[in-house]
Amino acid sequence: MRYGEIVTAGVLALFSIYLMWKSADLPIGYIEGKGPGGGAWPFWLSAIMLLSCIAVMIKWVRGTSPLSQSDEPFLDGHGWRMLGLVGGGLVGFVALIAVISMYGAIAVFLLYYLRFLGRHSWALSIGLSIATPILFFFFFEGAMRITMPTGLPFTDPVFDFLYEIIY
Amino acid sequence: MEILSLLGSGMLLAVQPLNLLLILLGVTVGLFIGAMPGLGSVNGVAILLPITFLVPPTGAIIFLAAIYYGAMYGGAISSITLGIPGASTAVATTFDGRPLARQGRASLALVTAALASFVGGSVANVIFTLFAPVLASVALSFGPPEIFALMLLAFATFVGLGGDDIAKTIFSICFGLVLGAVGFDQISGAPRLVLFDITGFLQGIGFLVLAIGVYGIGEMLWTIEESRGEVESSNPKMTVRGMASDAAEATRKGWRGMTIGSLLGFFVGILPAAGATPAALMSYGVAKMTSRNPEEFGQGKVDGITAPESANNSASTGSMLPMLTLGIPGSPTTAILLGGMVMWGLTPGPRLFLDEPEFVWGLIGSFYISNIAALLINLAFIPVFIWMLRMPFSILAPMIFVLSIVGGYAAMNDMFDIWLILIFGIGAFVLRRFDYPLAPAVLAIVLGPIAEPTLRQSLLLSSGDLSIFLTRPIAGTITVVALILIFLPALKLLRRGGSKRGDKAA
Repeated sequence: MRYGEIVTAGVLALFSIYLMWKSADLPIGYIEGKGPGGGAWPFWLSAIMLLSCIAVMIKWVRGTSPLSQSDEPFLDGHGWRMLGLVGGGLVGFVALIAVISMYGAIAVFLLYYLRFLGRHSWALSIGLSIATPILFFFFFEGAMRITMPTGLPFTDPVFDFLYEIIY
Repeated sequence: MEILSLLGSGMLLAVQPLNLLLILLGVTVGLFIGAMPGLGSVNGVAILLPITFLVPPTGAIIFLAAIYYGAMYGGAISSITLGIPGASTAVATTFDGRPLARQGRASLALVTAALASFVGGSVANVIFTLFAPVLASVALSFGPPEIFALMLLAFATFVGLGGDDIAKTIFSICFGLVLGAVGFDQISGAPRLVLFDITGFLQGIGFLVLAIGVYGIGEMLWTIEESRGEVESSNPKMTVRGMASDAAEATRKGWRGMTIGSLLGFFVGILPAAGATPAALMSYGVAKMTSRNPEEFGQGKVDGITAPESANNSASTGSMLPMLTLGIPGSPTTAILLGGMVMWGLTPGPRLFLDEPEFVWGLIGSFYISNIAALLINLAFIPVFIWMLRMPFSILAPMIFVLSIVGGYAAMNDMFDIWLILIFGIGAFVLRRFDYPLAPAVLAIVLGPIAEPTLRQSLLLSSGDLSIFLTRPIAGTITVVALILIFLPALKLLRRGGSKRGDKAA
């Protein structure tokens, strides 16, 4: 954690500089008759962000913050495994939305999580993976009239059937 | 006396069978819509607006106001049970509501939120009834410098909300404000901060994207990592007697928060462009700062729930005031209500009270009835919400992830935002490991789009002279209070450092 603290502060400082530079695409000073330029607000806020990062770094160098004295790792083996399995699962879930529709992706993600990460029975995992997207479909599309992504064209017959029920 | 007789006739109108049915239906629908992350009162009111043409205007506005009420109650439910604020107005409720639920006291948290909402709504109703025209003129005297000073005060309370590390809190506030500035410059219309030239950023970054990322994804990753997957599901028992004792405990421990939230909430609510979110946050901040044990906030303190919950209900009633008396909406939901009134052939403004007394007093009467209905319906459904918490965590966690993604898409209708939610979620998990407080960023992204234009308009008025925030009486008073709050922690640190050096020297 000790080095993580300074690396994070450094990365955030660089990001703040990037934001300052990007804000400066628009005027950052006072324009007579028009008030502060469009870039002024984000520019000066990013400058304060940079100063805050510098303050964190100074505390780290002086060893006054708790993290600057911590020997704990950022994440242990379990932490990295969790981030890979759960975080990876979420990335897979979102990536699948464009392919097999929001509802299809929900079903696959729930099955993956419940059966393989949660170690629940097949019956419960499959039951919830099917019931949840169906319930969501009727709530969002039927009651709230909010259309979710339907994925690639091969899902059309399923959605044609479902839309006929609600419309 | 005249007001009482008008109010009495308004209440009689509100309890007519059709109107009462509309109130019950509206409150129930609003409660569930508000409890759903990603959907808030604005969605409910907007979606159901066309339905209101089936009933007379009075019934229609009563129905929509009931949805608004129900959603305000409902926002606390996902904050407490899932840890995801369903709407920006309920962010501050997560600070203490979620810890209390995790201590196995979800029932107390939910009953407290319901009761505080009821008290906030009731106090606001009474103030509304008695002082509507006077308060409307006070609200009008708030120009851009006053509103910006108020925003500054809200940011000052953030410094108190963050952890011990002031630099990280200030970073978080500014980060939220900069994210709120992404998209277009509101005044010139020029593209601004299109990060890495990705065109998706042109539409800006919505509050919900950051809130769902931080609370829905980041918080869950944090919980799974910290608990090593062995999260104890709380298993509270629900009985009528238990709820009664929870209500008594909520009143005993939370009356201070309720008083602060109800009064401050109403006042902030009536200001154009302010609304329930800054009201809830400022009430939380004030309750914390004036508490004898401020260190207990954030760990499941009852006052930490009552202050924001009474404030957001009080503010939502307050925001109806400029809408009815001046024709100025104080929040997105009241803007839609205003649109509805125009469609029904009514003209909001000073003459509405004279021209359409039946409509106005019927609506005000319905506030009272809706408030009671919302309390009862909310309490009746608490066992259902508690049941959700009894689910094993390995079922609840994926459900929250799914709700976050689906809710995020429902609110924004854009896959780009879903990817942003994921990035913010993982980023929030990392930043939290390094003790960066993230709640200030979430609240700052909401207030940024209010703060920036008011600052620019103020500076334009003063030809760039910052003293405008000090020389006007109302703005000056608020600014001085805000500056004291901002510099108070720094002064405390200096004093602590000084006394430590003194101890060493001794």
